[in-house]
Amino acid sequence: MNFADTDLAETPVRTKASPAKALPIQTAAGIEAWHVESPVVPMIALAFTFEGGAAQDPEGKSGCAQMLARLLDEGAGDLGSDAFQERLAARAIELSFHAGPDAIGGSLKMLVKHADEAIDLLALALAKPRFDADAIERVRGQVIAGLRYQQNDPGVMASRRFFAEAFAGHAYGRPSSGTIEAVSAITRDDLVAMHAQLLGRGAVKIAAVGAIGAEQLAKSLDRAFGALSEAGGLRAIERTTVGDLGKRVVVDLDVPQSVIRFGMAGVAWRDPDFIPAYVLNHILGGGAFTSRLFQEVREKRGLAYSVGTSLVSHRSAAMTWGYTATKNERVGEAVSVISDEINRLIADGPDDEELQKAKDYLTGSYALGFDTSTKIAHQLVQIAFEGLGMDYIERRNALVSSVTQEDIRRAGARTFADGRMLVVAAGRPIGL
Amino acid sequence: MHLFRKATPTLFPAGGRFASAGRVEAAPFGRSEAGGPEVSSFTLDNGLDVVVVPDHRAPVVTHMIWYRNGSADDPLGRSGIAHFLEHLMFKGTEKHPVGAFSKAVSGLGGQENAFTSYDYTAYFQRVARDNLDTMMAFEADRMTGLVLEDAVVAPERDVVLEERRMRVETDPSAQLSEAMAASLFVHHPYGIPIIGWMHEIEELNRNHALDYYKRFYTPENAILVVAGDVTPDEVRRLAEATYGRVAPQGARPVRVRPREPEPKALRRLAVADPKVEQPTLQRLYLTPSCITARDGGCHDLELLAEVLGGGSTSYLYRKLVMESGLAVNAGAWYMGSAIDDTRFSVYAIPAEGVSLEKLEAEVDRVLRRAPSEALNAEAIERAKTRLVAETVYSSDSQSSLARIYGSALAIGETIEEVRRWPADIEGVTRERLATASERWLTPSRSVTGYLVKASDPDAPMAIAAE
Repeated sequence: MNFADTDLAETPVRTKASPAKALPIQTAAGIEAWHVESPVVPMIALAFTFEGGAAQDPEGKSGCAQMLARLLDEGAGDLGSDAFQERLAARAIELSFHAGPDAIGGSLKMLVKHADEAIDLLALALAKPRFDADAIERVRGQVIAGLRYQQNDPGVMASRRFFAEAFAGHAYGRPSSGTIEAVSAITRDDLVAMHAQLLGRGAVKIAAVGAIGAEQLAKSLDRAFGALSEAGGLRAIERTTVGDLGKRVVVDLDVPQSVIRFGMAGVAWRDPDFIPAYVLNHILGGGAFTSRLFQEVREKRGLAYSVGTSLVSHRSAAMTWGYTATKNERVGEAVSVISDEINRLIADGPDDEELQKAKDYLTGSYALGFDTSTKIAHQLVQIAFEGLGMDYIERRNALVSSVTQEDIRRAGARTFADGRMLVVAAGRPIGL
Repeated sequence: MHLFRKATPTLFPAGGRFASAGRVEAAPFGRSEAGGPEVSSFTLDNGLDVVVVPDHRAPVVTHMIWYRNGSADDPLGRSGIAHFLEHLMFKGTEKHPVGAFSKAVSGLGGQENAFTSYDYTAYFQRVARDNLDTMMAFEADRMTGLVLEDAVVAPERDVVLEERRMRVETDPSAQLSEAMAASLFVHHPYGIPIIGWMHEIEELNRNHALDYYKRFYTPENAILVVAGDVTPDEVRRLAEATYGRVAPQGARPVRVRPREPEPKALRRLAVADPKVEQPTLQRLYLTPSCITARDGGCHDLELLAEVLGGGSTSYLYRKLVMESGLAVNAGAWYMGSAIDDTRFSVYAIPAEGVSLEKLEAEVDRVLRRAPSEALNAEAIERAKTRLVAETVYSSDSQSSLARIYGSALAIGETIEEVRRWPADIEGVTRERLATASERWLTPSRSVTGYLVKASDPDAPMAIAAE
């Protein structure tokens, strides 16, 4: 449009070189990892992900995997919680663990000169967490306080209710962070059992980025992960889809603005239609200021500060969901505008120029997601976790560039179907 | 267009440890290590300052333009105008109609955004190195070429009102933070929220925005920061061909800032809301900043915040969470990067069944003993190690480096001060920490805030009944 008229328009420069050159590592003890050697900054970032997460929480004990993640650095081996934390802090080693629906993972950042100490502490945290009673109670108190703190937060309430409605009766419908009742019921035995079940050497994907050579890294990985036993076996998570399309749900909260969550079917990352669905999502509500929803909801009508959509890719479910927040009086209008844009995409699709611009953005910006060692490590471990292959980083931009209008139509049919959405609003919405 | 807020760290991070609470500042969150990247700087003929931070690891650049004006420079009665103008800067110029710049950025696979703080406003793009000249041309054009029509101003004001509803009007803890800042700063505009007060945002219009724009958006008031795969010569050549053509105003606009009087009164306040299920305790102290305590007092406070409240090996966490069990979390932070006197915060989240009064009494008891109990050699060394390591970690991120230099220069620090920051931190002694603690963390300099549940939203004195 206007852009084509400016004298500054240029052919987008697609980064031809792959944004990160990873190499496979196989250690003496049989641990596999992806490695990017980058000697400029004297630090190393390590990321790892174990298969199986909050969806494996025992019945009535939702929040167990997240509590496990928070307890791994609360004392391990001969070190109590305080001693363990002191060893980390004394060398500015940053170690953290987190749990999502399908995985429990972690991140380790260290200065090169403290790599040995960092690896030793990681090995202890993974294989020999203590689960001391005082640490369990302290973490339980923190988790419950956090749940209380968020109890009437409209964004958190809307999201929780959305998942509960979309995946009613399914493990994905339960909150990964748990509920006060469920977290109160978690025992040390639950945590020990889940640790044995999830943290197995066969189930882990690892990526390392930074100023460390392959040989040294292999030795470190054997020390960090070699002592783990095989995982204890995961419960199968039944495949599911977003339910209750067309339903409107209100979470009553006395606030002047409603947070709105809306969603529909989606396409998983491992699915061959994922890239077309991803391009389509960018056009509808992706991260740039140019998306249709940003233009229609925010720019033209001033309905909201933030609006957008993203793809959720769980192991056994996929969905497209979106977010916005508008004053209660304008909720009806906001939801209609969003719905109209989706229906317009169903009816007409994007035009060729819009599709081309989306592809230009997605290919051009891919490298920007690889600008720190930590980000590179996390991208690699995600790609490994999804089973996309180490060459995915090199292939990815070509996959985006080759998306056709036919691909978009196919992805649109799978995503939007007849255009019905599940909508949850937390607030006192009018006109929903 | 995100509002850059540094008022309070997240009280409950999504997972893991509370490790990042030690130090919250608008700028020097981990600075470049001395001997790190060879940063160079120069000034164009029209007064524009330029900083170049080399990072040749990938063929990308971060292009930022910083203006030396923020919410604390909003005219009286027009709170929020700096932030509102930041939004309106995306509305097009005579040369490039609304949306053209954003379309160009996204068409090139770039990313863009902007933020407003108390002392500065900044705009940035991240693009492939070959597109730097395009970004400079657009950004130089909107330094003086902005065109505003009521048709775009009105919906954007609604966007800002929604932003305020999202951040503050629906969140009692944000309301507490606003009330505490308003109480801490009895005279200085740091007591006014960056986004502005609701009733004043509602009245902002096109003329207010243009008046403000003409006053502050000039080459001599701006700092260009380019980090990435470029050389200083290249940047100079490109900057001269773009920004260099913007006519200067003759002098940098003057910021008029009142000084806080010496505080005398201990202040207490509460936000009581029926939505609050988890009470919290917050404390602010009025302290010098990196500019008002340029002699090193600022480094004492930065290190003190880390020793007292930086993560789970800190003094407050150990005393209140690990030992007495009265709190589930506790920490401290210091917003050192500020032109004028600033805030130092201590916070604690009570354990179940512990009243805020009891927790506050314990916080005070523990803080009184800090000079003698908290400042052992190991704790000081650990805190120094953590702060200095941040400088290495942040040099892994091109955009962090650009932000560190940009924000430092925008408040009047020098590149040399940024570079010698690790050495300055290393040089802080136990005696200096004790002096800082005794001098600044005193009742008469403080505001204490309670976030509590109210059964009746009109009864904020529920605090007394607890």
